[in-house]
Amino acid sequence: MSLTRRSLLAATATATALAVPAIGRAAGAAIRIGEINSYTAVPAFTLPYRNGWQLAVAEINAAGGVLGRPIEVISRDDAGKPADAIRLGGELLNEQKVDLLAGGFLSNVGLALSDFARQNRILYVAGEPLADALVWEKGNRFCFRLRPSTYMQAAMLVPEAAKLGVKRWATVAPNYEYGTSSVRWFRQLLAAAQPGVEFVAEQWPALGKIDAGATAAALAEAKPDAIFNVTFGGDLTSFVRQGNTRGLFEKRSVVSVLTGEPEYLDPLGEEAPEGWIVTGYPVTSDTAPDNARFVAAYKGKFNELPKMGSVVGYTLIHAIAAGITKAGDTATDAMIDRGFPGTSFPSPFGAAMWRALDHQSTLGTFVGRTALRDGRGTMVDWHYVSGADALPPDAQVRTMRPA
Amino acid sequence: MTVLVVQLLTGIAGASALFLVAAGLTVIFGVTRVVNFSHGSLTMLGAYVAWSVVTRLPHTPAGFALGVILAALALAVLGAGLEVVLLRRLYRAPELLQLLATFGVVLIVQDTTQAIWGAEDLPLARPHWMRSFVAIGTERFPFYDLVLIAAGPLVLGALWLLLHRTRFGTLVRAATQDRDMVAALGVDQRVLFTAVFALGAGLAGLGGALALPDGSANLQIDLSVITDAFVVVVVGGLGSLPGAYLASLLIGVLQALGILLIPKLTLVIAFAVMAAVLVLRPQGLLGGTASTPRESAAPPLVRPAAPVLRAAGLALLAALIAAPLVVGPFALTVLGEALTALLFAASLHFMMGPGGMPSFGHAAWFGLGAYGAALAVHALAWPLPAALVAAPLVAGAAALAFGGFVVRLSGVYLAMLTLAFAQIVWAVALQWSDLTGGDDGILGLWPRGILARPHAFYWLTLGVAVAATLLLRRALYAPFGYALRGARDSTLRAEAIGLPTARLRLVAFAIAGAAAGLSGGLSAFAKGSVFPTYVAIGRSVDALLMVLLGGVQTMTGPIVGALAYTGLYDTLLLVTSAWRLVLGLAVVALVLAFPQGIAGAAQRLWRGRMA
Repeated sequence: MSLTRRSLLAATATATALAVPAIGRAAGAAIRIGEINSYTAVPAFTLPYRNGWQLAVAEINAAGGVLGRPIEVISRDDAGKPADAIRLGGELLNEQKVDLLAGGFLSNVGLALSDFARQNRILYVAGEPLADALVWEKGNRFCFRLRPSTYMQAAMLVPEAAKLGVKRWATVAPNYEYGTSSVRWFRQLLAAAQPGVEFVAEQWPALGKIDAGATAAALAEAKPDAIFNVTFGGDLTSFVRQGNTRGLFEKRSVVSVLTGEPEYLDPLGEEAPEGWIVTGYPVTSDTAPDNARFVAAYKGKFNELPKMGSVVGYTLIHAIAAGITKAGDTATDAMIDRGFPGTSFPSPFGAAMWRALDHQSTLGTFVGRTALRDGRGTMVDWHYVSGADALPPDAQVRTMRPA
Repeated sequence: MTVLVVQLLTGIAGASALFLVAAGLTVIFGVTRVVNFSHGSLTMLGAYVAWSVVTRLPHTPAGFALGVILAALALAVLGAGLEVVLLRRLYRAPELLQLLATFGVVLIVQDTTQAIWGAEDLPLARPHWMRSFVAIGTERFPFYDLVLIAAGPLVLGALWLLLHRTRFGTLVRAATQDRDMVAALGVDQRVLFTAVFALGAGLAGLGGALALPDGSANLQIDLSVITDAFVVVVVGGLGSLPGAYLASLLIGVLQALGILLIPKLTLVIAFAVMAAVLVLRPQGLLGGTASTPRESAAPPLVRPAAPVLRAAGLALLAALIAAPLVVGPFALTVLGEALTALLFAASLHFMMGPGGMPSFGHAAWFGLGAYGAALAVHALAWPLPAALVAAPLVAGAAALAFGGFVVRLSGVYLAMLTLAFAQIVWAVALQWSDLTGGDDGILGLWPRGILARPHAFYWLTLGVAVAATLLLRRALYAPFGYALRGARDSTLRAEAIGLPTARLRLVAFAIAGAAAGLSGGLSAFAKGSVFPTYVAIGRSVDALLMVLLGGVQTMTGPIVGALAYTGLYDTLLLVTSAWRLVLGLAVVALVLAFPQGIAGAAQRLWRGRMA
């Protein structure tokens, strides 16, 4: 690495940090992680997520902690509002004296916290927020993100979509940033992978208020060969039911983001569609040692199967621990410049790492098809796609990220 | 062609679902004048109860029908309980206070439902008959949608018979027309109101239960249903059942056909319809001209604050000025937020109390101010002070332009038209990504230079918020304020002495909008970012809660209410994961203890001591 302003700053900061004795923090005092998430606004995701990070904290502390210090998570509920998240960030930083911030579910909360972190020069490790802007257009050196982004999810699905070899596509996505950027990337990447595809219809139901029958009928009217779906949660349930009854999915392929995650697949019950190409998490059928161990430990502690949220919460803490261990210190600059970039961390999906280039982790996700087993939706024919294989070339990333 | 037919039928089925929920709301409002914000929560509970019951019954049409009826009955009982325990005590309270109480119920129901049924969505397994379809040409149309299409008119017919062929119905209609006269004739209003509330809640439960096969019982139903139900009720004409059905049809069909043509319109169709109807027909489609309310005894004349109160205010101000020297940065943030909220609440109080114009969409001006300031910095590279000047100008100008339509209306109609406008602003903020950043918002608005220091920005906030609030107060003691109150208390007499009431109200509306915009501008810089949530319904509700909690008819009300509400909310969010339950209980308790608002109660106590 050449001598850049950043590395120079880092060196200075490290020197300063080493020169000043840590006042009021005896060796062995806990490393404090300030965690913020939408616990009341999105409980279906965040409660398994909380279980996940609690499991990780227990594991790490039982194994002697990080840098010989236990870790402690101080958790806050942002009520689903970015403005509240920012206030709570201030509370965690100034009152609780946390060493770093973590968490987030909604993209706008993640972006708000990332901006807050930059302003206050504290590390923020985003777990779930999917917005591409978090590490690209609005990326900054204080923010890292764990989950595969909207772009990556689309990039993972496109090769499978292209293999279908069909021409006429329709899209349905919730009418806000996440939906529009998912559709934009999917269209762009598919058009590149398979020249000549046509997008013949699009539907943009309001989030949480889908008019499912009318949406399904409008899609059918365009006679597409395949459908790209981004709706999730209650909207997805309604859409699938109307689509099933109206025969929308018969003789049509469907490619669907996140639908293989237990959070979204389980509520579909016995009407879970068969043969949809999805990203998700095959909780029990992935018997690789890392996942099997995680599932067993989780089940042992909480007496239920983990969900995707559980994996995110669990991995978030382990990924932070790995970064701090590498940094050897909890000073912000040390963590950002020495600790996280290039450091690999364990996850139920196998090892992944924090990219130095854009602070995106290479944690991937599973791509497969949905199927019905014993009246419940599940994923079959799946394979794991590493995040590293679903990212654009480095040169392109550099142009998207502000200097 | 078949497509249009299918889409039309789909729209009618959707309209039925909408009507079932709205019917209960309009019946309750018509008789009791309660704006029942918890109606969506009752619908949600209906869905959950139906899920629990139906999954235990045989999976036959008869079993399902029985389950739906049981769920409706259960909700009717619950509704009656709600009326007896809570709302009965509030009929003499100022208008809209019941809204505050029912908002408390919303919060309580959210946490309770999650505790009972869990966080995960609960889909109802559909037996074969629910999944079947009929063929229309080459298209398939769900059989269950036919059931819904029939359910709407059936319920409408049953309600018509109930209202026109029974003694109970006669009383309900009489009470809808003239509540005081019915009371004067010796009808026991308490029994009547309880029965009406039970009927309305039962209808909400019915609506929730019948919607279950098309989706799941989930925790988002309450808020997603309530706004649509309000829209239907207002478009149809408050208290009018046929009007509600007509409005449901209009909105349901336009929605189904609209997304064929312009898919991106989904966010605004219902609100655009409402705005259009209210502009053309201020009383809704079938709303008769409501009986002119008897001129209530005008609220007592507002006098300048008593010396003690003034001294207390000055002491508070001194404490606020000195605060940065004593407290830490986080406490400063919270104080700054409270001050911003104070100005926001004061601006709503300005039009709602003395102006007599309640608003359900006050976030529109807050958001326009915030976005105005954000864009001034972001797109035009203006310095912060200039952007802070732009905020009220943008919001005020928009309020002035839009106010012309609003001030012709009154009461809930007026409030709902402001909500429609707020929703349109929200949709623009969400969808015009190039300008507003969409859901990702505008970031990086942190104050720079000397204002980057927490102390400095806090003092700026304090200065601006207090100065603007005092200016609003001053305006209310000026001849303008007296004229405005005159126009509120008796439009007829005010006009007879030559007051231009429409213009007075318009000016008040614009001033309130500008002040809210200033508050939004401050907020943008305090948070360093702007998001569409600044214009969302929740934000409008916050303002309403603060004003009602403090007391509409006192001048210190918004100040007390803003401080009490932000203090309560911020603290509870920190200390308990069940903050919704606790906040809801606190709101209900406060409403029951202080029906005139906290400041109103204090005032009464004070006067009592003086007498």
